[in-house]
Amino acid sequence: MSTLQRLTERLGDILDQDSVITDPVRLRTYDCDGLTYHRATPGVVVLPESAEQIAAVVRLCDEYGVPFVARGSGTGLSGGALPRTDGVLIVTSRMRRILEIDIPNRRAVVEPGVTNLAITEAVRDQGYYYAPDPSSQQICSIGGNVAENSGGAHCLKYGFTVNHVVGIELVTPQGEIVELSDRDPGYDLLGAFIGSEGTLGIATKITVRLSRTPEAVTTVLAAFTGIEGGGRAVSAIIGAGIVPAAIEMMDALAIEAAEAAVHCGYPEGAGAVLVVELDGPHAEVDHQFAAVERICRETGAFEIRVAASAEERAAIWKGRKSAFAAVGRISPAYIVQDGVVPRTALPEVLAGIDRLQEEFGIRVANVFHAGDGNLHPLVLFDDSVPGQGEHAEAASGRILDLCIEHGGSITGEHGVGVDKSRYMPRMFSEEDLDTMQLVRCAFDPKGLSNPGKVFPTPRLCGEVPGVRKGVHPLVESGMAEQF
Amino acid sequence: MDPELIKDCVHCGFCLPTCPTYVLWGEEMDSPRGRIQLMDQHVHGTPVTDEMAGHLDACLGCMACVTACPSGVRYDRLIEQTRAVVEREHTRTPDERAVRAMVFALFPYRRRLRAMRLPMAMSKRLRPLLERVNPTLGAMAELAPPVPGHVRLPPVVRARRRRRATVGLLTGCVQAEFFPQVNAATVRVLALEGCDVVIPPRQGCCGALSLHSGREAEAKRFAKRTIATFERAGVDTVVVNAAGCGSSMKDYAEVLKDDPGWSARAEALRFLDLAEFLVELGTVAERHPLPISVAYHDACHLAHAQGVRAQPRELLRGIPELDLREIAESAICCGSAGTYNLFQPQAARELGDRKAERVLATHADLLVSANPGCTMQIAAAIRRAGKGEIRVAHTAEVLDASLRGLSPQALGWVSEDAR
Repeated sequence: MSTLQRLTERLGDILDQDSVITDPVRLRTYDCDGLTYHRATPGVVVLPESAEQIAAVVRLCDEYGVPFVARGSGTGLSGGALPRTDGVLIVTSRMRRILEIDIPNRRAVVEPGVTNLAITEAVRDQGYYYAPDPSSQQICSIGGNVAENSGGAHCLKYGFTVNHVVGIELVTPQGEIVELSDRDPGYDLLGAFIGSEGTLGIATKITVRLSRTPEAVTTVLAAFTGIEGGGRAVSAIIGAGIVPAAIEMMDALAIEAAEAAVHCGYPEGAGAVLVVELDGPHAEVDHQFAAVERICRETGAFEIRVAASAEERAAIWKGRKSAFAAVGRISPAYIVQDGVVPRTALPEVLAGIDRLQEEFGIRVANVFHAGDGNLHPLVLFDDSVPGQGEHAEAASGRILDLCIEHGGSITGEHGVGVDKSRYMPRMFSEEDLDTMQLVRCAFDPKGLSNPGKVFPTPRLCGEVPGVRKGVHPLVESGMAEQF
Repeated sequence: MDPELIKDCVHCGFCLPTCPTYVLWGEEMDSPRGRIQLMDQHVHGTPVTDEMAGHLDACLGCMACVTACPSGVRYDRLIEQTRAVVEREHTRTPDERAVRAMVFALFPYRRRLRAMRLPMAMSKRLRPLLERVNPTLGAMAELAPPVPGHVRLPPVVRARRRRRATVGLLTGCVQAEFFPQVNAATVRVLALEGCDVVIPPRQGCCGALSLHSGREAEAKRFAKRTIATFERAGVDTVVVNAAGCGSSMKDYAEVLKDDPGWSARAEALRFLDLAEFLVELGTVAERHPLPISVAYHDACHLAHAQGVRAQPRELLRGIPELDLREIAESAICCGSAGTYNLFQPQAARELGDRKAERVLATHADLLVSANPGCTMQIAAAIRRAGKGEIRVAHTAEVLDASLRGLSPQALGWVSEDAR
C-alpha cells in the first residue's frame, strides 16, 4: 500500500465520506485550474468545511511526508493550483461563509472559498465594496486572491490584494493554525504570506478592508485607429498627474473577440480602445474628466463615449472583463501571458510583440492594464496542430524576455505558479532564488506545501535533523537534490 | 457529445457561480465546467460509470451557464447529446427505471393526466405513505396543484379589435390540464391585442420532457407531430406560454437535423414565447390599473434558454399601479427544471427552499412566472417553509386581469393546504 493510500484511509476520521474524492473519474475533473496547458490528476481531493479539518489533513500530510496543494475556485492562470498526482488537493470551495461584517471598522471576515464579488455584494447596500477586482471576480475565491496577490483593473489607484487584507488565519505546513495581522510588530509576515502562491500554508480565514463606494464614477471609452494613439494617451494622462481608477487598453484582435462574445458594441473601426475610469468626489471627477477627454482628443481618439448609466458602464466593462475567455471565440486555444513593463516602455514593447508575431507567424491579442504597464498578451494557437502549442509557448516566453529587457517583470498579477517557474532564473540570480528558498523553508521545512511551484527546480530545505523520515519522494524520483 | 463543442470550453470557471448544483455542493464534477470534463473523458474512451451518470443526471439543464459563458460554449447542445448517451449506455437501478417509465408514460399525455385528477386530490393525504414508498412519488404529491375544473377552448378565437396577426397556440400538457385558466387568459390577451388565435384541438406533447431527458426518438416523434399539427392549422407563428415547451420548440430544426425535410418544415414555423410575441407585436389594448406588488421569477427555459428577460418585465411594468419587484439571485434555478424535481427530489428541494426564501424576502403579494413547473415548485417550497402564503400566477393571467379591469384580489391561486 502506498503512502498516499495509507493517508487516504485515515481521511475518513477527519471528513465525511462525500468530502473525500477518490473515484478516478471524479478526480480527473480537478486536473487543472484556469490554465489548461498543465494537467495532473490529483491523488486524492478533500473538500473541508473548517480550518480544523484543513489543519488535520495537513498534519496527516506532514506525518506521511505527502505533498498537498490548496485550490479555491480553480480559476488561476499560472497553474498555481495544479494538483500533485502523489498528493492531496485541498479544495476550499465549500468554505464560503461570510463570518462577520463590521462596517464601523470597515472590515469583513470571510472564509477562503468566498468569491471576491460576494464580499462586495454583501456590503454594497451599505455603501461599501471590496476594491481589488480581478476579471474573474464573480468566481475567483478570496483565498486564491491571497495566494496570488491578485490585482484587477482598479489596482492602478487602489492597489493589490496585499493592500486590502489586514489579517489572515492560516494553517502552516505543519498543520498549526496561526493568525497574522497587519498590526503585528516585527517582520511583515502577513506581507510575506500574501502572494506566496500556496507555498507557505493555506489561508483559512481572511479579514479584508472594505472601501467606501466612490461618490461619483465616470467611465470613458475612447477609440483610436491604432495602439500607438492609445499608448500616447495613457502616458499623457498619467503625465498630467491624474490617477484614474483604471486605464485599460485592448487592441483590434481583442476587440474582435469581445464583440463576438458579448456584443459590447465598441466603436467600429477601432484599432485600439482605451477604457478610462475616474472615481472620487463629483468635483474631482468632473475636473479630471475634462482633462482626460481633452488628452484623448489631442492624442487622436476618433470617438469618445461616456457611460451615462450603470448599465452603460457595465456594458463597457463587459467587453474588457470577458476578453480572455472571449478569445476562445476566435482561436481554438491560447496562452494568457502576464508581464509588466515600465509605462514609458509600452510603445517599444508593443512594437517588439509585433515583430514576434511576424517571426513566429502567430497571432497575439493584446489586453492590458495600461495604467501600470501590466500587459496580458494572448498568444493564439491551434492545439489540434501538433507542435503549435510548444511554438506558442516559445513565442510567449520571448514576450517575457522583452518585458525583462525593458526593466519589467515576468508577472504582474497572475503569479508564477508552475507556468513561469522556469523564467525565474531570467529575472533572478541563483543567490536571489536561494534567499527566497530560505524564507520558504522557515515556513515549510519539508517542502510539502505546493511543491514544484514558483521555483524553477524543486529544492529541499537545508538540514532539519530528525524530522524527515527516510528519503524525500522528490529525491527518490531523481527530481530533486539536497542543497 | 460533439468533441468540437467540448473544445470550446477554456475552463475559465465563469459558469460556476450560476450553476445551481455548484452553488449547493461546491464541487467541480457538479459544475458545468466539470461536467464538460466528464463528457471529454467519455469521448476519450471512459465508459459511463455510475458516478459519471450521477453527476450528469444532477444537472438541471437550466442553461444559466450558457448565459454566463464568455466563450460561447453550447452547453445546451452538449447536455442534450450527453443525456441521450447516458440513456443508451447507462443501466439505471430497477427503482429508477420504474419511476422514469411512469413519468414518461404520464406527463406527455393529456388524457392520462386528466385521469390523474382524482388520485391527485387524494395524494395530499397519502403523501407520508408515498414519500416512504418512493421519494419521486412523494415529490409528485407535494407538488400537485389544486385541481381546477376542466376548460375547453374553442378551435378558433377571433381578434377583439382590428386583426393584426394570426397565431397558433400551444396548449401544453401540464398547462392544459392543471392550469387551464392560464391558457384561457393567454387566448383573451391575444384576442384583445388583435390576434386571431388558432387552437388545434388534438395537439399532443411538444416533446420537451423527452428531449430534456435524453429520450431522443420519442422527442423527435413528438416534434414531428407538433409541427404537422400547426401546419394543418394553417399558421406560421405559434405562441407558447410554457417556457420549457417554447425552448425545445425553438430547437426543433436542430433536433430534426438528420431529417432535412422535417428540419426545413420546422424552420418554416416561428415559435415565440407569449411575452416575446406581444412585445414584438406592440401592445395596443388599454391597461387598467392593478394595484398589486409582483415578484417576477425568471423561468430558466425562458431567461437562459430563450434569452427572454426584458419582455415580461416590460409588459408587467406597462400595467398602471403594478409594483414590480426583483428576486435576488434571479439567475439561479428554482429546482423545478422539467422532471428534475421528480427524479432528484433532494437537490430540487434544497434549491426550492433557497428560492422560496428569496421570493418571500420581496414581500410581494403575487409571484409571477411563465412556467407551470416553476410555479408549482416555488409554491410547494413556500408551503414547506410555513412562512405565510404567496399567491402565484402566470404573466398571461396578470395581463388578462389588467386588460379586463379585474380587481387584484381575483388574481392568482394559493396552495390547496392553505385554503
